[in-house]
Amino acid sequence: MSLTRIYGLFLRHFYLITRSFPRILDLVYWPSIQITLWGFISNFFATHTTYYNNAVGVILTCAILYDFLFRTSIGFNMLFLEEIWSRNFTNLFIAPMRIGEILTSLVITALIRSLIGLVPAILLTSPLFGISILDLGIFLFVLFLSLYIFGITLGILVSSGLLRFGPSFENIAWSTMFLLAPFGCIYYPIETLPEIFQKIAYALPLVYIFEEARNILINQTVNIKSVYYALMWNAFYFSLSIAMFYYSFNAAKNKGTLINMGE
Amino acid sequence: MKNLIEVQNIKKNYGKKEAVKGISFNVEEDEILGLLGPNGSGKTTTIGMLLGLLKPTSGQIFINNLKLEENRIQILEMINFISPYIELPKKLTVKQNLYVYSKLYKVQNIKERIEYLSEKLRIGELLNSITGELSSGQKNRVSLAKALVNEPKVLLLDEPTASLDPEVGDFVRTFLEEYKKEKKISILLASHNMNEVTRLCKSVLMMKNGEIIDQGKPEDLIAKHGRTNLEEVFLKLSRSKSEFN
Repeated sequence: MSLTRIYGLFLRHFYLITRSFPRILDLVYWPSIQITLWGFISNFFATHTTYYNNAVGVILTCAILYDFLFRTSIGFNMLFLEEIWSRNFTNLFIAPMRIGEILTSLVITALIRSLIGLVPAILLTSPLFGISILDLGIFLFVLFLSLYIFGITLGILVSSGLLRFGPSFENIAWSTMFLLAPFGCIYYPIETLPEIFQKIAYALPLVYIFEEARNILINQTVNIKSVYYALMWNAFYFSLSIAMFYYSFNAAKNKGTLINMGE
Repeated sequence: MKNLIEVQNIKKNYGKKEAVKGISFNVEEDEILGLLGPNGSGKTTTIGMLLGLLKPTSGQIFINNLKLEENRIQILEMINFISPYIELPKKLTVKQNLYVYSKLYKVQNIKERIEYLSEKLRIGELLNSITGELSSGQKNRVSLAKALVNEPKVLLLDEPTASLDPEVGDFVRTFLEEYKKEKKISILLASHNMNEVTRLCKSVLMMKNGEIIDQGKPEDLIAKHGRTNLEEVFLKLSRSKSEFN
């Protein structure tokens, strides 16, 4: 065993981490996010032990919805990362493709990828747990649409970061969904959050989607207003993400990121 | 002869660093122009700007009389690029890769085009192979096929024979010579292989520190600097600039 060699290899990774802000950020916020999310979940179950008594499938349904969102977002990012990992990135950006064509192609592919994962999950819940996500009725489609748009929006925002900052932004790509999870109120009502967090949550479409899913399953009623708010916030963030992608593309052309996709 | 590439006083700054300091040159139809210079001299930056991957800080680029800034898509349809530093998706077969890029470049007769390139570049037997499992020489020929899939009028080559054995390197050079002659295309060749440049290029540009420090036909440069080959000229120029200004 050579301490010099061990130290040398340690340095290789240490230099990489310290030269990349996204990598440092990634190290810092992961534990914080996990503790925050599970803290809220624990708080909620400690104070509302009977909340889910009438609808045992609510948590599972929300888990499936969240998984769809997660897969859509990650799926989109993966398509972009694949081009970087395979060193095909430059080939793609010297092909005569408009940004709109690239995004549309990735959006469609991400949907197909997500559905491939989602359909078996839905089919499994019924025989294994006696629960059907189809209990959400016709609004299931609207909720999925909202989640899909938001997943794609996050994917586009992260891809913008990859364009602008290069592969060091990759770790952010993996953890975006976890960063937003506490504010999404996936497993607990928004009242569980501290007031300041509630304000942030209300500015995201997620809270309207998951609150509405619970509302339909537990109270058997539909609040059209929540569905509307979710779609409106989605339209806002989606437009923002497209603008951000174009901005990042132009910034990358100024900075040279498109021809230097390395570490 | 018509100029297919016209570069007019382009500059590229990264913050305060001047990577390219206002260079101008033309490449005619049916011409191979060599772009020489030590590492960091601005060759890759120049190629990046010609490909639309980098925005010049100032200056203009015209490809086939179209201004790059305003006609990016139209221009990208008629140019292509090969470099050992970029690769095709490794998990796809060669045929799948060529098919995908044929689609991206809206090639009309894909089957015929792939057959033509397979025959010319001797990759017919590789079409069903996984791209990532090919040898360097095979990958190079497949990348060249991808670069020619759209029948480019302008081909940008960044060290196209780096890391190839002499036999494959010679095959690629011979192919490029014949293809250029047959299709009357313009080629900008960045290379550190001086024999390759001497053999292929009608004229060369010597870059250093973001500037063109000399240019001309290889034989004229050799005579001008009193050397016996282009490699000696390269060494002389790259080691001392002021001597020649």
